[in-house]
Amino acid sequence: MADYQLIIVGGGPAGLTAGLYAARARLKTVLLEKGAPGGQVMNTDWIDNYPGFPEGISGFDLAEKMFAQAARFDLETRKNSEVVSMDLQGSEKKIVLADNTVLTSQAVILAPGARPNKLDVPGETEFAGKGVSYCATCDGPFFLKTEIAVVGGGNTAIQEAVYLTKFADKVTVIHRRDELRATKVVQEMAFANPKIEFAWNSTVSRIEGGAQGVESLTLLNSDGRESKLPVHGVFVLIGTIPNNEMLPADQLEMPEGFVKTDLEMRTNLPGVMAAGDIINKRIRQVINGAGEGAVAAMSVEHYLAGLD
Amino acid sequence: MAVDNLKQLTDADFDATIASDTPCLVDFWAPWCGPCKAIGPVVEELSTEYAGKATIAKMNVDDNPATPGKFGIRAIPTLILFKNGEVVDQVTGAVGKSQLVAMLDKAI
Repeated sequence: MADYQLIIVGGGPAGLTAGLYAARARLKTVLLEKGAPGGQVMNTDWIDNYPGFPEGISGFDLAEKMFAQAARFDLETRKNSEVVSMDLQGSEKKIVLADNTVLTSQAVILAPGARPNKLDVPGETEFAGKGVSYCATCDGPFFLKTEIAVVGGGNTAIQEAVYLTKFADKVTVIHRRDELRATKVVQEMAFANPKIEFAWNSTVSRIEGGAQGVESLTLLNSDGRESKLPVHGVFVLIGTIPNNEMLPADQLEMPEGFVKTDLEMRTNLPGVMAAGDIINKRIRQVINGAGEGAVAAMSVEHYLAGLD
Repeated sequence: MAVDNLKQLTDADFDATIASDTPCLVDFWAPWCGPCKAIGPVVEELSTEYAGKATIAKMNVDDNPATPGKFGIRAIPTLILFKNGEVVDQVTGAVGKSQLVAMLDKAI
């Protein structure tokens, strides 16, 4: 007999919501999280678009509340449990942890999320943690009264650029196009902020620095001109890549590395659902990640009842 | 969780601690950093598992600005592994436990 009815891989908003629903359905469930629960929402300074919090809420507080709500219904959670591989083909699913523990279950919800994309330019790896950052809330305070850059034009990039003006004297937003992709309210905040400047139609081609870290960026404009921007730090906020290293690529359908699901969050494998930033979708918000987690858990209930 | 083996370092006792030939892994963190909280329990676990083999320590960068400045740390969590006062290895971000275990095992 399998150890669990359901194993949830990942403890971000999708996994925690799936856990809440599964716990309330009294499914014998364990949620596996490689660190502590929360996911990428913990990297977010402030969340103004998750309903129910009219004043907004910090990413950290929202993560804690989601965890507390699942815990209230006795969801079993294993922290520090990094999944390294899995076999999802048969009716009994096998999940292998980094310490070689093998857990089995009848159903699995994949919610391992995603992580920040990299620029992939010279200097990025060399200066990671020495001026190159992927998390504004983590690293903003290190850049008090300095000049820094943010790369990207989406919601995360522009919102965090505004946040970073709390610390930095000047924030240059480097964007490859001539307009932003971020939501209008977020754009308005950025345009109204005197500390924010824009380098339009530009990409970073090199990150330069010395022993103390980043000193400048080489920018390439779409007209072919190169220029140098002196900065102490650069925040790379250009989307995410899936945490799919532990997923069985030979079993699961994963177009471009993201797991394919139907509207009920079912993958191509019976008893295997997926939710959150790991799935093949366009919109990556806390709200739809959580919603997908709920659907995935209810689909598991359906599957376990033999209704699928 | 018992975290008796987890050392809380300050600017004052930092140099003496990392000078040892016992490898010392320092987690540079701050209370305002979400990923630092994510990796915190991993570091606590390591302090128990590596008791006697390596020193596992944390340093609050808010309370101790001198040391992070000396190592050019501008991102947290940053974890640096020291041995005989020298930097052996370094990683930034909430990495998985296995990566830290590999770092430590190589240095022991």
